Amino acid sequence: MSEATVADTRRLNSKPQDLTDAYGPPSNFLEIDVFDPQTIGVGRNRFTTYEVRMKTNLPIFKLKESCVRRRYSDFEWLKNELERDSKIVVPPLPGKALKRQLPFRGDEGIFEESFIEERRAGLEQFINRIAGHPLAQNERCLHMFLQDESIDRNYIPGKVRQ
Amino acid sequence: MSFFSFGQTAEIDIVLNDAETRKKVEHKTEDGKKDKYFLFYDGETVSGKVNVTLKNPGKRLEHQGIKIEFIGQIELYFDRGNHHEFVSLVKDLARPGEMAQSQTFDFEFTHVEKPYESYTGQNVKLRYFLRATISRRLNDICKELEIVVHTLSTYPELNSSIKMEVGIEDCLHIEFEYNKSKYHLKDVIVGKIYFLLVRIKIKHMEIDIIKRETTGTGPNVYHENDTIAKYEIMDGAPVRGESIPIRLFLAGYEMTPTMRDINKKFSVRYYLNLVLIDEEERRYFKQQEITLWRKGDIVRKSMSHQAAIASQRFEGSASSEKALSQAKEEDD
Repeated sequence: MSEATVADTRRLNSKPQDLTDAYGPPSNFLEIDVFDPQTIGVGRNRFTTYEVRMKTNLPIFKLKESCVRRRYSDFEWLKNELERDSKIVVPPLPGKALKRQLPFRGDEGIFEESFIEERRAGLEQFINRIAGHPLAQNERCLHMFLQDESIDRNYIPGKVRQ
Repeated sequence: MSFFSFGQTAEIDIVLNDAETRKKVEHKTEDGKKDKYFLFYDGETVSGKVNVTLKNPGKRLEHQGIKIEFIGQIELYFDRGNHHEFVSLVKDLARPGEMAQSQTFDFEFTHVEKPYESYTGQNVKLRYFLRATISRRLNDICKELEIVVHTLSTYPELNSSIKMEVGIEDCLHIEFEYNKSKYHLKDVIVGKIYFLLVRIKIKHMEIDIIKRETTGTGPNVYHENDTIAKYEIMDGAPVRGESIPIRLFLAGYEMTPTMRDINKKFSVRYYLNLVLIDEEERRYFKQQEITLWRKGDIVRKSMSHQAAIASQRFEGSASSEKALSQAKEEDD
């Protein structure tokens, strides 16, 4: 007699899945679009804003749909807040493009269409990466950035979840 | 080594009595190569012959004694000078004197205790070897024959499954289950991952086997981690209520039995690492230790009945009953 038994490789028993779970919308729905860049102001005081639209079914976000306007420095603010308060490694923002802000350029500098598009794509990637991070979702600054009309720079930093 | 052509030197050869019948196994050397060595188990007798062949015919070999030793030792790479011998047996083969011609000496180490398995690792080595020595005034003549020892176990009486619920509050809850906590080296890990809550975007899931070699004690403990296997078990995004099966065959991987605190010098432990990776390459993981043991290839008749009983206790399948009745028939 050789082996007593060949190894039993049958699957372990598992609960059958509820059909509403199987075919219903997933619980991890989160989509953020950064689009519609608008340059506001005249001359030296011009700046570009982007629409940041969020759709989600995550319970941690108070609003399931939100739409706000943000500029590049708002994204920078968010990055700094997260770097200071949370333990996460914050992904990089698209560049500040200081060279583009120098005078005597042949093109529109930071208001050049191709540059704005590049920046828009980078900001979209940035905010999606952050918003999906379980630890970043705890930070009040993220919720304010995504869902409040305007950013209150004098807010009290803190956590949303216990 | 003699600088001048006068004087005598000899060649030593150690030959085991059962060299023809004894099994050889592959074992890794320190530089990563694989060689074959004779395989021994705990309690087996090590016997053979030491052939001393004189190189220069006609000359005599003066010596201070000829002996053979059986040694089991642990060598820590960061402390090479100190060999920790846990088995040290010696047999004298010849008293100090002269050898006029080549000679053969018999030796036997009866029922030698070999408590640990041979192991060649990243920072430590445990080995067994025979060493024949011709002692001389200026320089000894030595020959070593390395052997490999395997430690065997039988099916453990208690082998509970590992079942646990883990996760990140409000983000990800899973329940993982592995069918056993103790696996033999040719076993199969059967398990499942059940998703209770999925609020992150998972891209895929894998299970890794990690080997951790620990050397040193107290403040000088050093862990060397090595990922032995990476096995993808899920590709795509799961939702709540989904069950992902695991079936991982261990025979394909180079592993050793779990070694705990060997002679208080080192440990080799194995962990299953369940890793979930989300869309943004973030990794969520849960490590769980498993015990690996070595099953004997030949089940001796008096043991087969025991082994069949033990396997019935934790598998409880129809095939075990058949094995049990078969074993009873054999014993009768």
